[in-house]
Order: sequence, then C-alpha cells, then structure tokens
Amino acid sequence: MIEENLLLILVALPFAAALATSTMSPRAHDAAAWVSGLFLAAGGVVLALLHGPIGAGQVVRGQIGWVPAPGLDLSFRMDGFVWLFVSLIFGIGILVLIYARYYLSKTDPVPRFYAFLMAFTGAMVGMVLSGNILMLVVFWELTSILSFLLIGYWHQGQAAREGARMALIVTGAGGLCLLLAMVLLGQIVGSHDLDRVLAAGDLVRAHPLYPLVLGLFLLGCFTKSAQMPFHFWLPGAMAAPTPVSAFLHSATMVKAGVFLLVRFSPVLGQTDLWFHLVTGTGMATLVLGAFFAIFRHDLKGLLAYSTISHLGLITALAGIGSTGAILAAIFHILNHAVFKASLFMAAGIIDHETGTRDMRRLGGLRHAMPVTASLAIVASAAMAGVPLLNGFLSKEMFFAAAADWNNGSWLDNALPYLAVLAGAFSVAYSLRFIATVFFGPVATDLPRAPHEPPALMRRPVEALVLICLVVGILPGLTLGPVLHLAAVSVLGPDLPYTDIALWHGLTLPLAMSGVALVAGLLLYAVFGRQIARGPEGPPLLHRLRAQKLFERGMFRLTWTLPRLGLRLFGTERLQPQLRLIVLLALAAAAVPLWGVLAPAAHPLSVPLNPAFAAMWGAGAACALGAAALAKYHRFAAVILLGGAGAVTCLTFAWLSAPDLAVTQLLVEIVTTVLLLLGLRWLPKRREEIAADRLLPARLRRARDFVIAGTVGLGLAAVAYVMMTSPLIPNVGDWFLRNAYHEGGGTNVVNVILVDFRAFDTFGEITVLAIVGITVFALLRRFRPAPESTTRSEEEAGLRDPTLAHALLVPSVIMRWMFPVLIVLAATLFFRGHDLPGGGFSAGVTVSIAILLQYLGHDLRWVEARLTVLPIRWMGVGLLIAGGTGLGAFVFGHPFLTAHARYVDLPLIGQVPAATALIFDAGVFALVLGVTVLMLIALAHQSLRIARLRERDRLAQKEREAA
Amino acid sequence: MEIVLSAAIGILAASGVWLLLRPRTFQVIVGLCLLSYAVNLFIFAMGRLMVGVPPIMPRGGFIDPTAYADPLPQALVLTAIVIGFAATALFLVVLIAARGLTGNDHVDGKEPEA
Repeated sequence: MIEENLLLILVALPFAAALATSTMSPRAHDAAAWVSGLFLAAGGVVLALLHGPIGAGQVVRGQIGWVPAPGLDLSFRMDGFVWLFVSLIFGIGILVLIYARYYLSKTDPVPRFYAFLMAFTGAMVGMVLSGNILMLVVFWELTSILSFLLIGYWHQGQAAREGARMALIVTGAGGLCLLLAMVLLGQIVGSHDLDRVLAAGDLVRAHPLYPLVLGLFLLGCFTKSAQMPFHFWLPGAMAAPTPVSAFLHSATMVKAGVFLLVRFSPVLGQTDLWFHLVTGTGMATLVLGAFFAIFRHDLKGLLAYSTISHLGLITALAGIGSTGAILAAIFHILNHAVFKASLFMAAGIIDHETGTRDMRRLGGLRHAMPVTASLAIVASAAMAGVPLLNGFLSKEMFFAAAADWNNGSWLDNALPYLAVLAGAFSVAYSLRFIATVFFGPVATDLPRAPHEPPALMRRPVEALVLICLVVGILPGLTLGPVLHLAAVSVLGPDLPYTDIALWHGLTLPLAMSGVALVAGLLLYAVFGRQIARGPEGPPLLHRLRAQKLFERGMFRLTWTLPRLGLRLFGTERLQPQLRLIVLLALAAAAVPLWGVLAPAAHPLSVPLNPAFAAMWGAGAACALGAAALAKYHRFAAVILLGGAGAVTCLTFAWLSAPDLAVTQLLVEIVTTVLLLLGLRWLPKRREEIAADRLLPARLRRARDFVIAGTVGLGLAAVAYVMMTSPLIPNVGDWFLRNAYHEGGGTNVVNVILVDFRAFDTFGEITVLAIVGITVFALLRRFRPAPESTTRSEEEAGLRDPTLAHALLVPSVIMRWMFPVLIVLAATLFFRGHDLPGGGFSAGVTVSIAILLQYLGHDLRWVEARLTVLPIRWMGVGLLIAGGTGLGAFVFGHPFLTAHARYVDLPLIGQVPAATALIFDAGVFALVLGVTVLMLIALAHQSLRIARLRERDRLAQKEREAA
Repeated sequence: MEIVLSAAIGILAASGVWLLLRPRTFQVIVGLCLLSYAVNLFIFAMGRLMVGVPPIMPRGGFIDPTAYADPLPQALVLTAIVIGFAATALFLVVLIAARGLTGNDHVDGKEPEA
C-alpha cells in the first residue's frame, strides 16, 4: 500500500513542480531552480525508498480509476528496468537543473523554462511507469509536445521555430503510429494492461496482424529515437537551449524509443522480421550517423549525429535480442546518457564562454579552460570507447553480441564488420572534437575571450565524468546488481547473473576494439585537414539533406497542394456553395433510402378532414407565393411567409400539440416584426435586372427548380411513408409513464424540456444568449449603406400632421395591452409544468408586450418610461438556470436533477412547485433578454440614422455660412 | 390527413430550397424560414398524426401511452423552433451588416460580373 502511494507520488512530483514554477515571477531564477531541484530531490528519496521492494524482485503497482468503461485506468507499475530508467531521468534532471541555472541568461523568462522542463520530466516518468499501453501513448505524446515547446523556447529565432515544428511533426506522426499499434495490440491480447500484453508474446507473434502491428510500433520507436531515415529532426532540435539538448535529446526523450524496443522485445521480438527490421535499421543508423558526425563543423551538430549513431547501436542490440544483447542495450542506455549529457554540457560551456560552436574557429582552448578541457577529453574518450571508461564496456558487449552467431543471415554475418567500421568512425569524430577544440593553435578571433565557467556550472559535468570513470573501472561493484535486476525484469526471472568485468582476457571483442581504435586514429590523421576545409556534411551527400527534403515536402503538402485544390475545386461564392450543400444533403438521403423506401403494408390513416385540406391549400399557396415574390416584392413575401407560418401553427394545434402551437404563434409574431424591421435597410429593387431574362439565367433557374422539386418530392415521400407506418414503442412512452412521478408535471413536453432533458435546454438557452450578444455586437458597428440614410417619401409623408395622428388610437390600445400581456405571460409561465406554456412562451410574450410599446410610440417616449436592460436579463437568466443545476450538487445529485412537489397556497390551492420551475424562470429571463435585445438593437438603427442625418445637416449649414 | 400533410411538407421544402439557391440575401432568409417550417412539421409527424389526444395527462397514476400523443418529437420540435428563431435573427443581422459593408444584397457580397 505504501509502495503504491509512493509510485503515485513519484509521477505527481514533477508535475507539481511544473505547476509551482509556472506561477513564479519571470525574474525568479534562483527560486525556480531551487523549487524544481527540491521536487526532483524528493523524487530521488522516493526512488531510494522503492529500491527495497524492487531489489527483492517485486513489481510495484499503483492504480487510480480514470475511464473504467474502456479499461482506461491510470495504472502504474515499476520493475527493475523501470526503476533504473526513472533514476536516470531524475539524476540527469537534477544535474541539468543546476547547469541550466547558470546557462540561461538574466533576460530569459525562466519560469516557462523550468515549468516545461518539469512537465517533461513528469511526462517521461509517466511514460516509463505506465502499466497501461494506451496511457503509455498518452504520456508519449505529451513528451513530444513538451519537446516541441522546449526546442522552441527561444522562439524569436527562426531555426528554433523550424526545428521545433519538424520535431513535433516527425515524432507526433510516429506517436500516431504507435497509438494504432497499441490499439491493435490491445485487440489481439484482449487487454490494455501492460503485464498481460508482456505475457502474450506467443499469441501476438502468431497473429496474422503481427507484421502490421510490428511495422506501426517500429515507426513510433524509430521516429522518437531518431533512427534513419527519420533522424533529421534531431540535428534540427539542436536549436534548443543546451540544457534541453543534454536532457531530452541525448539522455532521456530519445531513449524512449529504445526503451520501448527493449521493453517489448519479449512480445514482438524473436522473429526474423524483427531481427532484420530492427537490427538493420539500427546498424544503418549506427554506421551512417557516425560517418556523418565526422563532417559536422558545429559542435552540437557533431554531438547530435553521434547521438543518432549511439541510438542506432542500442536499437541494433534490441534487434539482436539475445540475453547478452539486451543487457548491453540497457547498459549502453545508461552509459550513453552519462557521457553524452556531460559532452553536451561541455559544448554549452564552450559556446557560452567563447560565443561560437564552430569547430573551424575554435582552437587551443586547453590553455584558457584547462578543467573543462580535461573533463571533455575524458567524456569523449568514453564516447570513443577507450578502455577504463564506461563507454568501452558497453561497446565491448555490443561487439560480443555482434560477433555471436544469431540466425546466419547475410545481415548477421555482416554485423561484426559493420560494428568495427562504426567504431572506427566514432573514434575519428571523438578525436576531431578534442583535437580541434582544445589543441592546436590558440584561436584569436573569438567573439568573447574564453575563460573557465562558474564553478557550479562545471559541477554537473564533473559529476557525470566521475561516473564515467567509476563505472568504467569498477563495473561489477557499481552497476552490476542494478543492471542484473533490470535485465531480469525484461527477460524473465531465470536469467543467469552476468558479471560485467573490465578484463575478460584476450577475446575477439577486445581485438575488434583495438582495430577500431587504430583505424579511427589513422582515419583522422589522414583526412583531418581535408574534413575541416570541406563543406558541412559528408562528401557528395551533403547536398542531399533529409531535412531539406522534409521541408520541401511539408511545403508542398501544406501550401502548394491546398492552393491548387482550392483553385481547382473551391469557390468563394456562397451561391454555388449552398447548391453543393443542398445536393450533398440530397445525395446523403437518397443513397441509403434508394430502393428501401416502400409504403407500409397496413398503412395508418387518420380520416381526412376537408377543412384541413383547404387550410393547407391556402398554406401551400402562401409558400409558393413567398417563393415567387421574395425578389421584387419583399413586403408581400413577408406577409405570405407569415401566412404559411400561421397554417403551420394551426396544424400543430389540430394534431394534438398545443405547446408547439403556442410557441410557433409567438415566434411567428417576433420573426415577422424582425423581418419588417430589416426590410428598411435593403436596397430598392424596382427595375428588373436585364441579365435576368437572358438564357443563362433561365437555365440556372430551371436547374434550381429541378433541385428544389426533387428535394420537395423526396421529403414528401419519406414523410408519407413514415407517417403511415405503425409506430414502434419508443422512449416517448417512458417519458409519458414517468413524467408525473419523476418530474411532477402533467405536461409531458414541458417536463422533458425542463427536467428530463434539462441539460439540452441549458445548452439551447446558452446558444440563444450567444446569438443575442452576437447580434448586439454586429449592430453596434453597423454602418448603413448611403442610400438608406436618405429620407424616403413615406417618412416625409409622416410630417403631415394628419398622418402623424393616424396611429393615435392604435397606440392607446397598445399601451393598454401591456398589462394584459404581462398577466398572460405570468399565466403561461406558472401553468407551464401542467398545461401548455412554459418559460419560453412567457418570455416571448413579455417581449411582444414591450415590442408593442415600441411600435405604437416614439422610441424616446418608450425609453423614458420603460427601462429594459436586456444584457442583465440574459445574464441573470443564465445564472439562475446554471445555479439551479448546481444546486442539485448540494443534495448530492448530478447536475440539473430536479425536485418536484405540490404546495398548498391559501386562496389559490394546490400549486406545482418544482425546482424545474426555477430553471424555467431562468429560461424565461434569458429568452426575454435575448428577444428584446435583438428587437431594440434593430429598432435603434433608425435613431442612429436620424443622428447621422442631423450631423450632416449641421455640417452643410456650417459650410454655407463659411 | 397524412397525404395532405406530406404534400404540404413537400411544397414548403421545395419553396424553401428554391429560395435558398437564389442570389439575394432576402430570398435566402425567407427560404430558410420556409425550410424550417417543413423540417419542423416533418420531425413532428414522426410521432404519427393524432387528433384530439394532447400529451397532457391527468394527475397521478400510470397511464396507457398509446392514448396520448408522442411527447418526444414535440419536445424536439419545440427546441427546433427556438433555435430556428435564433438562426433567423442572426442571419437577418448578418444580412443587414453585409448590406452596409458591401453596398449590395447579393449573397456573394458583390454583383456578378455581367
């Protein structure tokens, strides 16, 4: 139990550090470093506590339920291998923090840096600890995203932005492949639990989907671990601050890919396909990476290619997959992290103190910075595989694994030769690094005069180099037991203990090492000068840069192709777009229904009432008339539209839907008024457009007529078939049975809206509020077209006093309607739960009452007497509705659970009092606010025009006076 | 009744779609209104036609669902009417604003080159 909690704490610590540092002041360099460091140190303590059970061979597990239905839990597990990896992350993490404290300049926004770095540490730890393969992918993606943010930390530089983007695209695409692989793997095994997946190796390898799973899985690993041909993002990522390069791009993140290869080698490995793909890719990356590294002039570029090459070595070992190879792979993961992190830090120091990373400009630095020089020399010797250093040991183990017989294929036979070749290359580039930077003539034209860095900046390098030495001399005492534990947890408990020793006698691997050393020395001695004069990159191949190819490809994909597609298929005109949408919708309905739609065997039939048919005769005439007149006779079209709406409303009433009838009627009124208010701003259209009578226009209309006719016929046919087929019992019955007992109302429609499906209604009124505010915002900046501002003849006519009084009688009536309508709204509101009505219709009714006042009187007259604050009504309405929903939490129910009962009021009698009524009050307030807001905003435009006109008149007068 | 109502839905939808494909903004807004009538009636008719059986129950007790109108399509249509109203209002204001900005009432924002 304690261990379980320790595990969860371990994952949470770095994220907590990220949260803490992200809130700090941008200048709090020391505080941010201290906080992060303390959190990581606490992680170190937790790791030490966990060493007990792990050392006893236990697997520690911790679990938090997350999404239980698809089996997605936050489950963590730790065995020896994971323990080792997490220790590596925390150890290097602390050293990098100390280093970064002195590396970052005073002006950099440090909290962001530390927060990203800590979040990355958390993601990395979470990935390694994941006990669920889906969650593993989540953390895996998180490392990609945080790596993107960290590479782009100095986002002012173009190289940083491009490098960050490229790294994200490559590793993100790989992450998608990995996700697919994990989903397939989960399907094959029947569980996403890592333990069960690891135990199901035979099942997976025998499955027909095995090659696909393997391919996708390897794509994920290879992109992350920068294997050829996906290696090019890593040199680009060198635009990151050096602490990031040291931490992410040498020690931890790029190791995630090889970590997964080693972890899953018992499941996916031990086949010829695995051997050829993984070992082949690894060897190619090892040899080519080392070869390219020789030709880099940039210090960090050389180290980046060297990292690629070493990752290839580990990949090749994972591909070989024998016990010795896996052990060597784990060992080399550690060794490489140690010497490469120290080398990156040394390169950062050189860059920091001299102002350049170009090896052609550097030289003789051992005079100015002797300590740094000796540290870097030891670390590069470890990189080259010189005896008495840790790199030598794992390289020997690699040589041994390469020389062993595996499966006798050509690749297997070539392994030892390739290994020696790569070894010689790595000696050559290590030598070049040391010789050009620290030896030779003292460079004179450096941007800064070089000197030793602050002592604390050097401490992390010293610590790492010390580890190189100690592990290199006393491997069995220092890392032997831990490595054994790690190998056991990958390969199984019956693994014999392998003694890692410095001296095994005169063996074949020792001879291979010797050959590589000598060959590397010779290589550099012969070609050293030429390389320094040559271009950045290997001869002939330097023009063919994967990075450039990638960029060109991305440009094609994201710019050229879409532009071409837009030119060929796109249009910016709405009319063809609408036509396409209608046709697509038509096709989407026609394809599944074609041939399936057949009238019911025993059609339902309600006897026809001639009055209903006559009513719809008028309704259809209205609809067709509106369609015909909408172009030249807008006012008539609005009236006809209202006619069609009225018939629709009557149909609802006729066919047992009183609620719909009420709502439709009220909405119809408001919509008509809105349209009438809008008519004023449209251009005159009296003269016919000449082109309208020409053939193309006629053809266009004929085509649209066919489309419209097809839509109408199709919809009518579907409607008829559906209406006459017998009704299947459905969820509506459930609502009818439970509305009274569960919702406390007899009007089932209203109970559905404010109780059963109240969440939908809540969403709906939110949309209404958004629309209201959008309308308001659009009209605030509205500038009418010039011809709309001139006074129309009708308006001028109103100047006539007899006409001005024409509205006198109606206006008095409208004034008296106000209280009547308010009472009507109250009735609709309170009876809503039991009888037709409800908050929505009540809200619209009140807004109609207000609207009538605007219609009957001068705008200023109304606003002097009636203050409506629509925005407040909307806000209060949303708050009431949301608050009612939240209130359910107080009583321990889910959001928007309603409570219903009847209350006896004196004189009035039993009154339904459900919390749904309060919710409905919120709906009422909001609908009132939105409707009034829109109507007033439109109506106020006239006022604004009047003001504009007044201003123009004054300006005119001034001009005349002048 | 069914045949009349389905014909009505067809005519409303056809008029609506025809207007939707026209070039002037006002035509499109009228078309949207007509189309929304058609769609509302269509959804409503999915509960089958019932004359004289409102979805309002007596208080208390279990009831026989077949004797009442299907409340679900009604609740859906009620929501649809409200949202349709909001869409019409928004479109009307966009129409007016576009008219002010572009100086014409063509849906593409410019008169077609002739």
